[in-house]
Amino acid sequence: MPETDTTAEPDEGGQEHPQFLAHHFDTPRQQFNAGKLGMWIFLVTEILLFSGLFCAYVVYRANHPEIFIYAHRFLDKNLGALNTCVLIFSSLTMAWAVRSAQLERKAALALLLSVTLLCGFVFLGVKYVEYRHKWHEGLLWANRYAPRAEAAEETDGEQPIEPRNVGVFFSIYFMMTGLHGLHVIAGMGAIAWVLRRSIRGDFNRGYFGPVDYVGLYWHLVDLIWIYLFPLLYLIH
Amino acid sequence: MANSADGKLSETNSSAPLNYLNCQRGFLSWALTLDHKRIGVLYLVSIMASLGLGGLFAMLIRAELIAPGETIVKEDTYNQFFTLHGAIMIFLFILPGIPAALGNFVLPIMLGAKDVAFPRLNLASYYLWLVGAVFFLVALVTGGLDTGWTLYVPYAFQTDTRVLTAGLGAFILGFSSIFTGINFIATVHTMRPPGMTWMKMPLFLWSLYATAIIQVLATPVLGITLLLLAAELVLGLGIFDPAKGGDPILFQHFFWFYSHPAVYIMILPAMGIMSEVIPTFSRKHIFGYKFIAASSVAIAFLGFLVWGHHMFTSSQSVMAGTIFSLLTFSVSIPSAIKVFNWLATMYKGSIALDTPMLYALAFLLLFGIGGLTGLFLATLSANVHLHDTYFVVAHFHYTMMGGTLIAFLAGLHYWWPKITGRMYSEFWGRLAAIGVFVGFNLTFFPQFVMGSRGMPRRYHDFPDKFAIFHFLSSLGAFLTGLAMLTALAYLLHSLFRGRRAAANPWGSATLEWQCASPPPKENFTEPPRVGDPYDYDNLTYDAENECFVPMNASP
Repeated sequence: MPETDTTAEPDEGGQEHPQFLAHHFDTPRQQFNAGKLGMWIFLVTEILLFSGLFCAYVVYRANHPEIFIYAHRFLDKNLGALNTCVLIFSSLTMAWAVRSAQLERKAALALLLSVTLLCGFVFLGVKYVEYRHKWHEGLLWANRYAPRAEAAEETDGEQPIEPRNVGVFFSIYFMMTGLHGLHVIAGMGAIAWVLRRSIRGDFNRGYFGPVDYVGLYWHLVDLIWIYLFPLLYLIH
Repeated sequence: MANSADGKLSETNSSAPLNYLNCQRGFLSWALTLDHKRIGVLYLVSIMASLGLGGLFAMLIRAELIAPGETIVKEDTYNQFFTLHGAIMIFLFILPGIPAALGNFVLPIMLGAKDVAFPRLNLASYYLWLVGAVFFLVALVTGGLDTGWTLYVPYAFQTDTRVLTAGLGAFILGFSSIFTGINFIATVHTMRPPGMTWMKMPLFLWSLYATAIIQVLATPVLGITLLLLAAELVLGLGIFDPAKGGDPILFQHFFWFYSHPAVYIMILPAMGIMSEVIPTFSRKHIFGYKFIAASSVAIAFLGFLVWGHHMFTSSQSVMAGTIFSLLTFSVSIPSAIKVFNWLATMYKGSIALDTPMLYALAFLLLFGIGGLTGLFLATLSANVHLHDTYFVVAHFHYTMMGGTLIAFLAGLHYWWPKITGRMYSEFWGRLAAIGVFVGFNLTFFPQFVMGSRGMPRRYHDFPDKFAIFHFLSSLGAFLTGLAMLTALAYLLHSLFRGRRAAANPWGSATLEWQCASPPPKENFTEPPRVGDPYDYDNLTYDAENECFVPMNASP
C-alpha cells in the first residue's frame, strides 16, 4: 500500500535530512505531496473495484426489482443503522486525529486513533452478529440459499410470494459487505500501524503524512458503507 | 551511496566508474533493490522469459496448423496452446512489457528524478508480477487452460482446466499493474525538477502517463470481475451463471470494460517509443509535439468508451452497437494524428537506418495496416461477417505484435546501450529486424485473406482450400521465431563482447543520454540541464568515440 512507502530507511549520509525524508525526495513537502497524490489515486482504484459490484447491483435491481423488494426485508435495519452511526463517528475521530497530528498533540492523536480502531471492532462485531443470523437462517448466496421456513415469518408485514432466484440478492449482499468488511480490516491494520508510530512519537508538524493517508483511506471505507446501507437495507 | 564492495570491484574492472550495476553485488542487492533501474532490469529479464514461453506456444500452434488434420497434437491440447499463448503474451508480456520494464528504467531518468515516487511500491509491483506469473505456471503444469484468454462464462464454469488458478494469477498481475500506474502518475506530477514543465516532457513520458491513467482506472474493474469469477467458481454466487439466474453478458461487459482499455495500455507506450526513436534517427525536431502529447491522453480517454465493439454479436441492442461503432471509429483520429506527425517528422530529415529506426519504420507500416483493418471490424455489418475469423486474429496481431512488440524491440535496441553499457552488433541487429518484419508479414497477411474467406479462429483443423494460407503463415512464424532468436543471441553476446557504449551513442537530446551508460546509482551526478527534448542542433558527432557530444563541450 502506498502509505508504507513514506517510512524511509534511516539516512546514511548524516543528519542534514529530516528523519523520515526518503533519499530520492528533495523536500518533506515534495514527499508529502507525492504520498498524498498516490493515496488519492489508490482510492480511485478502490472505488473502481467496488464499481463492478455496484454495477452488478444496478443491473440485477433493474431486471429483477421484485427480488430486491422481497429479500431486503431479511436484513436488520436497526443493526445496519447502528453500524452506519459507528462508522460516521469513527470518521469524525479519524479526522480529528489527523488534525491532532498536524498540531503535534501527541496524546490526543493516540487517543483518537484508539477510538477509531475501537469503532472498527464494534463495526465488525455487529457485522458478525448479522452474518451469524443469516447463516442460521440459511439466507446465503445462490448456491447455498436454503432459507428455513420460519425465516420469512420473523419479518414484519404481510408475506409476499417468494420470487425466483432470491439467492442472487444474497450473493450481491455477501460480496458487497464482505469486500467492504475486508477493507475495514485492512483499514484497522493501517490505523494500528499509525497508532504504534504515533505512540513512538514519529509524527510532528513537519511529518504527519501517514496519519493523513490512513485517514483518507478510512473515510473511503466509511463512504462506501454509507452507500451500501441504503442500497441493501432501505429498499422500497 | 557507500560502496560496500571495493575489493571485488577493483579485481573486476578498475577503470569503470561506479554505476547502478556494479555499485552493489550479490543476490540480495538485486532481490531487495529499491533502485528503479534494477527493478526495470528484473522486469526486463522476466518479461523476456515470458515472451520466450509465449513465443514457444505460438510456434507450437503454427506447427499444428501447418497442414490440415492432426499434425502434432489433439484438439484439446491445441485449445490449451492458443489459450496459454494468448494469456501469457497478454498478461505477462505485452501489458507490463514496455511500461514496467523499459518505462521503469527510463521514466525517472528522462524526467530528471532520482527515482520513482514510491520505490517500495515499485519493488512490490515486481514481486506481485512474479507471484502472478507463478500462478500462471502452476495452471500450466497442473492442467492447463482451454477457455481462451478471455475466460468467458459459462464455459469457464464447465471446463476441467485451471480457470481459478489462472484467474487469480491475472488478479494479482492486475495489482502489479495498478501499483506501477500509481507510481508513474505520482512521479510525473511531483518529481519533476525545476525547468521540466509538462510541455518539456519527452513524449514517451506523456504516453506512459496516459498509460498509467488507464492502468489505474481500468485494472480494478478486471480485479472485481476476476474476484466475482473466483467467488462464482468456489461458492457458486450466480451473478454470472445463467443456471442460477445470473447474466453471462454482464461478465463480457466487465471483462471488456477492462480489456479494451488494456489494448491501449499495450499500444500507448509503444507509440511513446516511436516518438523518441523517429526524431532521434531523423535528426529532426519532432513535428507537432502538442498534438502527439494530447492525442495520447485522447486515446486513453476514448479507449474507455468503446468496449462494446467486442460484443457486436452478443445480442446487445442495435442502438448500443451503433454508438460503440461510432466511438470506435473516433479512436482512429488521435491514432492517425500521431502517425501523420511521425511521418512529418521524418520528412526532409536526415534518416539513419540503425536497428531501432528499422523497427520504427516497420511499426509505422504494420501499425498502419493493423489500425486500418480495425476500421473494417468497427463497421457493424462487416463485423458480423468477420467476427471470430482469422481476420480478427490478423488485425490484433498487426497492432499488438506489429505495433507493441516491434516497438518494444525498437525501444530495447534504443536503450540497450544505456541499460547495459554495451553496443550490440549493428549488422546482426539490422538483419534480425528485417527477418522479423518479413516473417511477421508472411505470418499474418495470409490470415487476413483466410479470415475474409471465412476461416474461423481457434479451430484445430481446416478445409483444404485454406491449406496454402496456413502453410505460408506457419512458415512466416518460424522465420519470425528464428529472427527473434538471432536477436537474443547477439544481445546476449554484446553483454560480454560488446563495445562499451558512450553516454549518447544515437545523438538523442532527452535527459537519460546526459548521464553515463550505464547510469550511476542516483542517475545524475550533477543536476541535469533541462532543455527542449527534441533539439538536436547543439549535438555534434564525435567520430573518434562514435558518439554524440554537446557542441559547447568540444574545444
